[in-house]
Amino acid sequence: MHELAITESIVAAVKEKLGGAPVRRVCVEVGRLSGVVPDALRFCFEVATAGTSLDGAELDIVGQPGRGRCRDCAAEFDTDNFLTLCDCGSADVEVLGGRELRIREVEVV
Amino acid sequence: MCATCGCSEGAAGVRVIDPARRQDHGHEHGPGHAHDHPHPHDHQHGPDHQHEPAPAAAPDPDRGHTIALEQRVLARNDELAERNRRWLTERGILAVNLMSSPGAGKTTLLERTIVDLAGELGVSVVEGDQETLLDADRITATGCRVVQINTGSGCHLDAEMVDRGLRTLAPPERSVVFIENVGNLVCPALFDLGEAAKIVITSTTEGEDKPLKYPQMFAAADLVLLNKVDLLPYLDFDVAKCLAAIRRVNPRAAVLRVSATRGEGLPAWYDWLRDRVGR
Repeated sequence: MHELAITESIVAAVKEKLGGAPVRRVCVEVGRLSGVVPDALRFCFEVATAGTSLDGAELDIVGQPGRGRCRDCAAEFDTDNFLTLCDCGSADVEVLGGRELRIREVEVV
Repeated sequence: MCATCGCSEGAAGVRVIDPARRQDHGHEHGPGHAHDHPHPHDHQHGPDHQHEPAPAAAPDPDRGHTIALEQRVLARNDELAERNRRWLTERGILAVNLMSSPGAGKTTLLERTIVDLAGELGVSVVEGDQETLLDADRITATGCRVVQINTGSGCHLDAEMVDRGLRTLAPPERSVVFIENVGNLVCPALFDLGEAAKIVITSTTEGEDKPLKYPQMFAAADLVLLNKVDLLPYLDFDVAKCLAAIRRVNPRAAVLRVSATRGEGLPAWYDWLRDRVGR
């Protein structure tokens, strides 16, 4: 389950930025094509934050829709999976958005 | 790095083991155990390395203070991966990341490749598994230099593990480093290691629908090797369907059909490697 490693990266990045100040809330942007499952992230967050300056902090997950562009006809469209087909029938779709995995902001006490 | 066995410890539970320096010894490494090692990169982090803390929040006990970070979650991994990539590129080393489900034939393909290319290309291997030195022992038996990374509970290699693995491996210039990832078609797809190419191995014993079931992994591939084609006469495996599934997920990936045990298709795989070494 890579969500644990992802969560540990979030905790490490927040601690580094805030120098250990107690954190009340962390807002993370998770794209629908990022390969990260929000529920698994929540589960791991509780485990990974225990005993750190993020202990007890709320995890706020903001989903981002996937966005694709057809390499054949250049049409752009929203999509929530990798197996999307363009309306023109092409499977050659470039992923433009939905892979985000970003820490947007944190709320400190 | 430990002077006794060559192992090193960093992230929790991860062990980098140099089989060439393995000895039977009973020492324990505590969590605070320090290892000295040469650092191949050109900057230094002292033990007291500090980062500037963010500006202090206004002291209001009732309201939190929001600080915008706007930082990629995997920024640290991606920075380390970029550093690995630079280090490898500067030395003309081709590093490829081999990923597959357990049992698709990664280690068998490596054993065969090492033997067939002996004397032509310098090859060394970073092996990733949760536990054991079994794969490293198989690679060692071919006469090839190898470092084993045991991830413990970890389900994938990350850039830091590969950085440590490369330091221990010390591959020669203008050579090939095969990084055999932990057998897993999900997690390794997310972590850039600093490799020049990602190779996904799928095999005829797994079923032709794997690319559709694990699209993230196949979408990340530069090259897909369809292994165990020698078994096709005995299996109910539809090659055309598998190729269509790969194309559906990743129309740009090159696909080669190989048999690591019988040698079928391997010359094209070796050409693919030759074409990229020292680029």
